[in-house]
Amino acid sequence: MTAALAFDIALALLVLVVAVWSTVTRNLFDAVVGFIAYGILLGLVWVRLLSVDVALTEVAIGSGLTGAMLLRAVSRTRGANPSPDASDALARSVAAVLCLLLSAGLAAVVLLLPDPAPTLAPVAAAHLPSTGVGNPVTAVLMTYRAFDTFLEKVVLVLALFGVWALASNDAWGEAPEIPQAPDPDGVLKFLAQILVPVGIVFSLYTLWAGADHPGGAFQGGAVLAAMWILLMLAGFAKPPRVTDAGLRFSLIVGAALFLVVGLAGLAFGQAFLAFPPAYAKALIIVIEVAMIVSVAAALTLIVAGPPVRGGSR
Amino acid sequence: MTSATIFGLCAAALVGVGLFGLITQPDHLRKIVAFNLLGGGIFLLFGVVARRGAAAGFDGDPVPQAMVITGLVVAFSATGLAIALTLRLRQLSAPPSVTSNDGADP
Repeated sequence: MTAALAFDIALALLVLVVAVWSTVTRNLFDAVVGFIAYGILLGLVWVRLLSVDVALTEVAIGSGLTGAMLLRAVSRTRGANPSPDASDALARSVAAVLCLLLSAGLAAVVLLLPDPAPTLAPVAAAHLPSTGVGNPVTAVLMTYRAFDTFLEKVVLVLALFGVWALASNDAWGEAPEIPQAPDPDGVLKFLAQILVPVGIVFSLYTLWAGADHPGGAFQGGAVLAAMWILLMLAGFAKPPRVTDAGLRFSLIVGAALFLVVGLAGLAFGQAFLAFPPAYAKALIIVIEVAMIVSVAAALTLIVAGPPVRGGSR
Repeated sequence: MTSATIFGLCAAALVGVGLFGLITQPDHLRKIVAFNLLGGGIFLLFGVVARRGAAAGFDGDPVPQAMVITGLVVAFSATGLAIALTLRLRQLSAPPSVTSNDGADP
């Protein structure tokens, strides 16, 4: 039993304990805080699995931004929290048994995974020089499976459409509401003044470094979104109106540019989303710059929620 | 017993815990939290498969890792939409208060 293995076992147990606590605790706020802690610990697990790109994304989007949305929802629903129905013990027991069986089945699958593990790493490595990037995960996202990434931009915007569609009719055209810090000279404003410039530089660095090191447009976009939300919370920026043309342009520019580059690949005689190897790196950078803008805007607006009447005072 | 196996077993347990929470919690927001716990466990299973696919000088198979990154963003989008739906449902089914001046038209 090496130290690394002991650490892994301790980390796995900790993640499990936090997840169980988040599920069984009676208080909704505790459950959400437990979920945020779970996400950050899961980031550590991803680092132990040597998938640093995924660790960055998990902590930024899976734990951070999702946790922010959940906390806002909790603050909106204060006082309307039905406690679990204790009399339905039979259903809970049946559910527990079935979930236990499911977990046991998945554990068996994990223990019986084939031993020369099937992998696409050699195929990815063989064509990596022609993609222009050094980070294989970025190569998969931006070249091999660029179509998935393009559609993912569209999914983000579609989810935002769904969120905006839930506004009441008389609130259309207004801005979403972000609760502002009550104390105008307080710590939150100071934190925003110090942290936001650092965060912006960090997110742009993550975008640039993602070509050859862990990082990329999603991770950078998530940090940019967090900085924008922090600015709005501290009162330095107002939530934009949903009819704002610049906002709408920034939302679609990522997917639109992706589509234009893809169609250009088709027009120059190759295939949809084919990058000629000589221009591959340049094209990927161009797409990623547009992507980071769109991703940051979409993530922020999904967290901000639907427009409310009087939101753009 | 490698670290990938340990985290694989952890992932299997997380799937069970998340699914149990999703089924038994009556509150919508807690169902959404449980759904995200479940999602984290499933992504972790992908990560275990990726780690075991280390070859050709890479520390892990990059394709499952890229799938998980995409999945995280899509799960965030679904969670955002679900939260917006839940809040709107609460708003529409809240008992009307005497001093409320919200528009009655949904």
